[in-house]
Amino acid sequence: MKLLTLNFLTCARKTCKSLPAAFPLHPKDAELEVVETDFNAPFLRNILGRLEWDALKTLCMELGLPNLPPSAPEPEALLEPGAEMAELELERELEPTQTARDLHNLLLETGIKEGKLVCGNCGHEYAVKEGIANFLLPSHLV
Amino acid sequence: MSRPEDTLPPDLFYNDTESRKYTTSSRIRHIQATMTNRALELLDLRSPSLVLDVGCGSGLSGEILSSISPSEGGPHTWIGLDISASMLGVALEKDVDGDLFLADAGQGVPFRPGTFDAAISISAVQWLCNAESSEETAQGRLGRFFNGLYASLRRGGRAVCQFYPKNDDQKRMISSSAIRAGFGAGLLEDDPGTKSAKVYLVLTVGGGDLSGDITGVVSGMEGVDVMDSRRKGKSQIKHGEQKGSKAWIVKKKEQMERKGKIIKANSKYTGRKRRPNF
Repeated sequence: MKLLTLNFLTCARKTCKSLPAAFPLHPKDAELEVVETDFNAPFLRNILGRLEWDALKTLCMELGLPNLPPSAPEPEALLEPGAEMAELELERELEPTQTARDLHNLLLETGIKEGKLVCGNCGHEYAVKEGIANFLLPSHLV
Repeated sequence: MSRPEDTLPPDLFYNDTESRKYTTSSRIRHIQATMTNRALELLDLRSPSLVLDVGCGSGLSGEILSSISPSEGGPHTWIGLDISASMLGVALEKDVDGDLFLADAGQGVPFRPGTFDAAISISAVQWLCNAESSEETAQGRLGRFFNGLYASLRRGGRAVCQFYPKNDDQKRMISSSAIRAGFGAGLLEDDPGTKSAKVYLVLTVGGGDLSGDITGVVSGMEGVDVMDSRRKGKSQIKHGEQKGSKAWIVKKKEQMERKGKIIKANSKYTGRKRRPNF
């Protein structure tokens, strides 16, 4: 499961959903994998505004990933690759910036292969096996 | 026509054999691909987007989403939900690009608000009409699904759900739950009345251009007739007099007279209130 997806995932329980503690889910005993994918600048630009940067920061800290700027929530620094990418679309010859490359690597190439995701509110553990998270809830939790 | 929905719940029906059959059969693959392309045409995505695939199965639709060329606004990144572990197993073997979740759409959609640009669902929603235990109802499951879907789509997002309704009642139940969740909903039927009729539930979230139909999806499309069955607001109640009132009786008498029936003349007793009966 890509880290991008993790940035959008909340606890599936109805009682948790509205509470701020249910997002983000915290990885536990996570085993990471890197799968190379094609760089897709327009998609990255599209998704950038919807990312919860704070959640991404905590996630990187919890997973022990070093390559994220620690003082991260600078919208200017995020806009920079966006501006570059706008040019990129006009002239497809231009190379994307290093920031954009790093973001692509983090969000779309890094993923959780095995482990658990824990809800910060109810403490429910969702198992992740071979990249597939199990979000089936027993009926008393729905 | 046999309906697998009537035999077993989806997680049991799509076991290893059935999942493999579904994925390897060239006929099913062809039908699935046609429906996915039709749904994509309705979604009208112009730039690479984040798409939710409800009931993704072995990722047949996902493969199409990932393979759209940059000139046509692709490739899209997708996230798939399915309740059948065997189906997901097949998807895993095929090494699809999207992220997969083992989840029951009838329990809700576990994503934060405004996540997706669009959602697609091919031949899945009719499975939500089955309640497998006494604790849940079909309406409850549909309601949770559509509410979750509505929240997880961004404003201006669209969803297209192709499904096989058992009968008109089921069709109505599904579309009314979608409307109750807040969607602008329309049903698009391809080849209506034939054996290969396909029903697409087209859903929009807020702020669309409302020309043509409520979803605004089919405007400019060829060969589409729009049938608007929305209730015409309160105007009917305003015009129509209460049944049994004097005005109503007089109107009815006039109607009958116009038809040429023999009508008693109006008198002071016509439609007069009776005394209370002791």
